[in-house]
Amino acid sequence: MKIVIMGSGRVGAQLAGLLDAEGHQVTVLDIDAYSFRRLPADFGGTALVGNGLDQASLIKAGIETADVFVAVTQGDNRNVMAAQIAQHIFNVPKVICRIYDPLRQELYQTLGIDAISPTTIFAQMLKEKIEG
Amino acid sequence: MYIIVVGGGRVGYYLIKALLEEGHEVLLIEKNASICETINDELGNVCFRGDGCEAATLAEIGTGRADMLIAVTGDDEDNFVACQVAKHKFNVPRTIARIRNPQNEVLFKKLGIDVAVSSTNIILEHIEEQVPTHPLTHLLTLREKGLEIVEVKIPPEANTVGKVVKELSLPEQSKLVLVISKERQPRLATANTVLRGGDQIIALTAPEAEEQLRTALRGG
Repeated sequence: MKIVIMGSGRVGAQLAGLLDAEGHQVTVLDIDAYSFRRLPADFGGTALVGNGLDQASLIKAGIETADVFVAVTQGDNRNVMAAQIAQHIFNVPKVICRIYDPLRQELYQTLGIDAISPTTIFAQMLKEKIEG
Repeated sequence: MYIIVVGGGRVGYYLIKALLEEGHEVLLIEKNASICETINDELGNVCFRGDGCEAATLAEIGTGRADMLIAVTGDDEDNFVACQVAKHKFNVPRTIARIRNPQNEVLFKKLGIDVAVSSTNIILEHIEEQVPTHPLTHLLTLREKGLEIVEVKIPPEANTVGKVVKELSLPEQSKLVLVISKERQPRLATANTVLRGGDQIIALTAPEAEEQLRTALRGG
């Protein structure tokens, strides 16, 4: 599959590494080239400096032919806006984004955006661990 | 009317000032505490400290009964989300967003934000107007109709000088409206109006026919 990941933070870089190792065609987009240090040494995909909210950068990253778009930058709003650009302007078949704020995540889920809130999931995991 | 403004920068500040003078009930949401304090000292208690993109904040300030939400922070994505949350969670009838990247206009419209105001485009249009050699100036955009009103200057050396309007190969989606000559009164453009060097033509056109209109009026 052709996958575009926006945000080369800990999650983005690790995900890119995993998908690349499985033979997918991965492009990672970040506004800061320094973030690419997190990519594994043997990463065989493309690392591209660019803003995921800018359509020209997205096209450069190959969004027009991508099967999947993942938005995992630090900014909830940036992620959710990029996800909607991917979904509604470029018609990417599968779009996933991270939204830390659980309330916003809920709202966007109802608006048809596949949004994951690590806050909710992690809190739940901790609770289960505590309760044993 | 109850109007919520998100973002207490320069645009937000002057906007809220103008809305207050018009007698509306207004509330400004701003993240930065010291900006909030300054505004409250100056304009009375109109600024609420918080994140205008957060549903909890918007619930607290009674967004459910707001008539309008206007997001004017410096970040397109924040304005976008503030408007979407207002629209979809609180059913605010009218949402207006400021955008800096003109490309975002299409997306905002497509996703239900009622009005997207591109500050970049507005500034460009004003500068264009002041550049005397600019062949075509945008005067006004009629967004709902998908039309714009433009001005085209006829240079003295253009090969269309001396021709009448019906001889020009004007695009179908363009209509000439007014002809303004230096030494004469402005007049309505008709099929028999003769073009002269230095004339300013005011025309109504679809954006996609702009280039064709310019060529028809000024020659190739």
